[in-house]
Parts: sequence; C-alpha cells; structure tokens
Amino acid sequence: MKRRDFLKGCMACGAAATLGVSQKAWGVGSFEGYPEGMGVLVDLTRCVGCRSCEAACNKEQQLPAPDAPFDDMSVFEEKRRPTEKAYTVVNRYETKKEGGPVYRKIQCNHCNEPACLTSCFVNAYTKTKEGAVIYNSKVCVGCRNCMIACPFNVPGYSYSSALNPVVKKCIFCYDTRLKYGKPPACVEICPQQVLTFGHRNDLLKIGRDRIREKPERYVDHIYGEKEVGGTSWLYLAGVDFDKVGFDTTMGNEPIISNVKDFLGIVPMVLTIWPALFTGFHLLATKNKNHEDGHSAEEDHKP
Amino acid sequence: MYAVRTWLIGALFMLSLFTFPADSSAKTTPDTLELDVLVNLYDKVRFNHAKHIMLVKDCADCHHHTAGTLAQNPNCVRCHKNSGATASVACRSCHLAQPFSAAALREKSRTAYHNDIPGLKGAYHQACSGCHQKMGGPTGCEECHKRNKKGDDFFSSGAFAPPKAHGEKKHGGH
Repeated sequence: MKRRDFLKGCMACGAAATLGVSQKAWGVGSFEGYPEGMGVLVDLTRCVGCRSCEAACNKEQQLPAPDAPFDDMSVFEEKRRPTEKAYTVVNRYETKKEGGPVYRKIQCNHCNEPACLTSCFVNAYTKTKEGAVIYNSKVCVGCRNCMIACPFNVPGYSYSSALNPVVKKCIFCYDTRLKYGKPPACVEICPQQVLTFGHRNDLLKIGRDRIREKPERYVDHIYGEKEVGGTSWLYLAGVDFDKVGFDTTMGNEPIISNVKDFLGIVPMVLTIWPALFTGFHLLATKNKNHEDGHSAEEDHKP
Repeated sequence: MYAVRTWLIGALFMLSLFTFPADSSAKTTPDTLELDVLVNLYDKVRFNHAKHIMLVKDCADCHHHTAGTLAQNPNCVRCHKNSGATASVACRSCHLAQPFSAAALREKSRTAYHNDIPGLKGAYHQACSGCHQKMGGPTGCEECHKRNKKGDDFFSSGAFAPPKAHGEKKHGGH
C-alpha cells in the first residue's frame, strides 16, 4: 500500500466514524419518556406526615422490621434519606407559611432518562414502558456508581451484607403492582390522597389545573416536569421547593447530556486511534529499517 | 365480547352497590353513619351526621352541589348553578373507593371536567381533617380511628413494636 492511499483511508474511516457516532449520541438526549408511562403526582400541601406510606412500602417490599414503629413521630427530628431498609421516607420541614410544618416524601423519582441507568456498566437498570426504573440485583456488582450518579441521592446500599452487597431502591412496586396496572402501595394507603397515580401526561394536566384553580395555595411550578429531563414522580408545593429539601439547581438537561459528548468520542477513539497510530508506527519503522539497511551496507563496504 | 360482558356485570354490580343504600337514605337524612373504608387496619368510624348538621348548617360544605344548595366554589358554580339535587348525595356515589383502577384512569383521560375527584378515602380525610383543623375538631389519626390488631402489625407498633433494647443499642452504636 502506498503511503498516500493509507492516509486517505484513515481520513475516510475517521469521517465516517465521527458522523455515525455523533448522530446516535444526539438521538439519546431527546427521549422524553414513554407516551403511556405512568407517574405519581405528590401534593405536598395535603401531606400530614402520618408515615402510612413508609409502613405500606415496608410490608409490600418485605423489608426488615424498622428500628422504630411507623407511628413514632420522633423520627422527624432528623432529615432522613432512603436506605436498604426503607425505600421511602418522609421528612418534616418547618416553614414560615402558616398551617404548620410541610412534609415531604422521598423515594426514587423514576427519571425519564435515569442517570443510574447510564452509569451502570453491567446494565442492571431498566426503564420500563410503564415508567418504572427497575434493576436486576442478580447482575449488580455493588460498585455504587449509580449512587454517585443519581441527582436525587436515592439508591441505598446493603452495607449490612458482607458477602453480596447490592444497591436497593424504590421500584414503583413494579413486580407486584405496576406491571398489572395497579398503583404502588404507598399511593393506595395514603389517607389524604397526597399521592395521585395516573398517566404522566394526565397528571401534568391535573397539576396545572390545581395551580390554576388555587393560585394562593400553590407555587406555580410542577417539580419533575422538566428537571433533569423529567421524572415520573411530580410534585406540587405551597412553599418554594428549595425550602423543603428539593434541589432546584440541577437544570432541565438529563444527566446523560453531561457525558454524552465525551462518551460519543470513545468509539471514535477506539476505531481511529489504532489505525492511525499503526500507520504512524509503520511509517516510522519503515524509514528506520531503510536507514539501518543503508548504514549496514555501508559498514560492510571496505 | 367476553370482556364487554364482564365489564357490564361489573358496572351493574357497582351500580347496585351505590344506588340501593342511597335510595333508602335519600328521603330521610341519617343521624349516624358507619364509615368502613379503613376497616382493614382500623375499627369502623361512627360518624355523627346529626351533630355535624348542627355545626355546619350548609349542606354544600360537605356535599358540594349534590344536595341542591348552591356550591360555594366559583369553579363549580359555572356549571352547577341551577343543577338541583342529585339522585344520590352519598359520598361514594362520586368518590370512588378504587380511584386508580384501570377503568377510573381511562375515564380521567377522557373527560375535561371532574378528572381530579379524590377517591373516597382521600375525600373523607381532606374534607374532615381540613375542617377539623379550622374548627378545632380532632385531627390525630387515632382520635377518630381506633387501630385494630392488624393495624398494629402494619405500623410495627403496640404488640408488634420493635424491641426497645435493640433500638437503644443501635442508637448508641452510631
């Protein structure tokens, strides 16, 4: 092969790889959830902090017995987060608004474009067409990448297991309920109907209607409609979201957008670099052999 | 075809549930009602209807437009200004015991109005505890509901509470 042909080939391959990869990478960012995806609208103005949802989750997911009874309200003295033993927890926030404290339930928000799924190198996570983000604990190697990737700090980790620690989190009751079109256990038990289950598109309409009908009751925002690309769980509140434990600084871009440009380069590097550097190497050593041969010939000359 | 028949039977069954008790009570206003939505975990609640009538006076406070009195919510008045009393005024006629069933969700997607009616349990609690807060009525869970044994198990409380010593040890360990 002539040197000119080789370089031409390299250029063509590189161009093809770049175009192909970038198109695919841009396609990934535009996913806005499955059209028939389900969700839950959480209305913080209705919650009275009874912790029934925590109890229901514990029984439904067959989690270990709690450290304190579910009617023990002293747990509100500290801010909790979901763990391997509790996939959902309720926290209490004292606010200046009259009408007492505000309670906020935390669980997996089931993102449209889950960062946990993106970060998982064994592909344990799945976003189902019903909207749930589920995971296969059989393939989980316990690397905890998803715990770092999750913008909501949701996945818990079975630190108690010495032999096979895995990640644990809310799965929208997928196995026992959602799959069969039933609402999750927390939604069903909630006495105040803080939690409204339905198609995500319908929930957005309901949320907007509630804000429009009672503008004095709600902040004009549905948290989760757009945050990090949208989530299946949506929230209405009567106070600013950042006052009750929500991160309002994350923006509306899915987490994958932060890495997709970089990840798009990886296949390109893998396809072009070997060819390119082999080419350089061949060229370099070809010249070297020529010189060596030349000098060797010269040495033999008397 | 089979699905349609099953649906019809289900619909008739639900209708019979809702209409018959309502017909018998529509003529006479009941003095007490037994609310058994949470009978799984709590004893039935004996609701003193007569006492609440004395306290509240306006039926629309709880029954919206169904009792024939004018609804206060301006959003409801737009349609229900002259709609009169409905055949049934029972809560469960409109507030479904299973508000998130597949059939209920289909209906919600279809309609422009009445698509955010809370379920029976949600309606009771929002209406009752909302008013109780304003009027100084009882608001704690067990002030209205006496929890049964199954309820204690559900909340890991009472006889089913986690051992205290374990909890303390755990706390000290942290």
